[in-house]
Amino acid sequence: MIKQDYSSLLIRILSILSPLSILILWEVMARVHIIDTRLLSSPSLILHAFIPLLLSGELLYNTAVSVQRVLWGFLAGSAPGIVLGIGMGLSPLIRSAFEPMIAATYPIPKLALMPLILLVFGLGETSKIFTIAIGVFYLVVINTMAGVLSIDKIYLDVAQNFGANRKNFYLTVALPGALPMIFAGLKLGMGMALILIVAAELSAAKAGVGWMIWRAYDMFAIEQMFIALITLSFLGYLFSLLLDALENWVLPWKKQV
Amino acid sequence: MAYEKESISVTNLSKIFHTTSGEITALQDISLSIGEGEFFCIVGPSGCGKTTLLRILAGLDSSSGGTISLKTTNVDRPINSMVFQEQSIFPWMTVIDNVSYGLRMRNIPKKERYEIANHYIEMIGLSKFTHAYPSQLSGGMKQRVSVARAFANDPEILLMDEPFGALDEQNRILLQHELLRIWEEARKTTVFITHSIDEALCLGDRIMVMSANPGMIKTIITNDLPRPRKISEIRTSLQYNQLFQSIWQILRDEVTNSKANSSTEEKSNY
Repeated sequence: MIKQDYSSLLIRILSILSPLSILILWEVMARVHIIDTRLLSSPSLILHAFIPLLLSGELLYNTAVSVQRVLWGFLAGSAPGIVLGIGMGLSPLIRSAFEPMIAATYPIPKLALMPLILLVFGLGETSKIFTIAIGVFYLVVINTMAGVLSIDKIYLDVAQNFGANRKNFYLTVALPGALPMIFAGLKLGMGMALILIVAAELSAAKAGVGWMIWRAYDMFAIEQMFIALITLSFLGYLFSLLLDALENWVLPWKKQV
Repeated sequence: MAYEKESISVTNLSKIFHTTSGEITALQDISLSIGEGEFFCIVGPSGCGKTTLLRILAGLDSSSGGTISLKTTNVDRPINSMVFQEQSIFPWMTVIDNVSYGLRMRNIPKKERYEIANHYIEMIGLSKFTHAYPSQLSGGMKQRVSVARAFANDPEILLMDEPFGALDEQNRILLQHELLRIWEEARKTTVFITHSIDEALCLGDRIMVMSANPGMIKTIITNDLPRPRKISEIRTSLQYNQLFQSIWQILRDEVTNSKANSSTEEKSNY
């Protein structure tokens, strides 16, 4: 018992200590010129660059632009993904109509579609949102279908025996039964959205965290690039926290397992 | 025991499953009549089609021939509710939402259905767990919720498919007690499937013994052990022992026969 407490304390200390020591090591190596600060910068230089970028509102503005694109793309991809995934899980007809198509197009890297998306939707916001949406859609639809298919058949019998109509069947059995897998899909989709936002902002963007990275590359402003990278990591962490909170709220029955 | 009204009538019912290795006759020539308010037990070796018969009565499976008719006395009441053998309460609903599920499907307002559900939750002794999720309940408690869900739905007929089969001895006796108590209050027509002769004798008014391959009615025995029954008392009675022996004799022949059949089948496969 005591040993366990000791090790859990150790784990907590280590998980703070190890990234901290890497930062210190980075800073020291930069100061003694072991590493080239023009390429790899240093924690103190990044902090110096961070403050004006934050105070001027530039960082917040670019973050807000990207967050907006991620959220719209995430919604536009996950909502049809959930609806189609449930349909495919419940109906063999819908499944056989869509599954081959989805299986065939899923392996295409979504980035490879960017030029086509730009041609179709132009250079505006729609193309960026669509790129993210399509990446999220695949992960959500596949997971939702698997979630519905994994619902124990006994629950379908119960719903039928107790006279559930179609609407009630969706609301009381299909959707709640598939929700744990839907959330797994949403979490994967959120990771995908963050990957795609950077790529989507590579071409024809005038703002955004991804755009900041590419502009920093063009201007050789390494500190700004690191700040944008840290912002992305922070966004990823924040989104996963939000999804976890949403999951705990929507799936109270899973929490206690 | 004679019943004034008939609740379930089955005539020449059959069920054939088409499998890759040919046709399997699960039920053949089943005809029976169950009275209103009767507790009807079905025992038989595994594979005798007793679950299939119940699923057809529940409308979850179709028959291959014959007719069934379930009488309704009140159009507002559901015809049947089933208590399943395996864990069947929704893990994503609290105890009270599980118990009131059938009422919700019939659009009964929340306040009213919770009142009814609370009554049955109290009856099964789970008041402390009204708003708990099934993951917090033991196997026996989950099966209690399943029984309460069926009773709360107030159906014309209760269908129970070995509801206590997966429980340990102590829990099974406790739940049999509770079921008897609730049933004696409500006197609902009940069809109860079990593989236990003892359970059938403790609960049933009549006991139908089935044979396997194909599933047919072997005999129907009237169990006139007096009600209200106390399980601990009836087990020691002479009448219980005589009934037990006569059912066991029929079942023993059935089980040994079906074993002999299946072993010759196995041999002929080689």
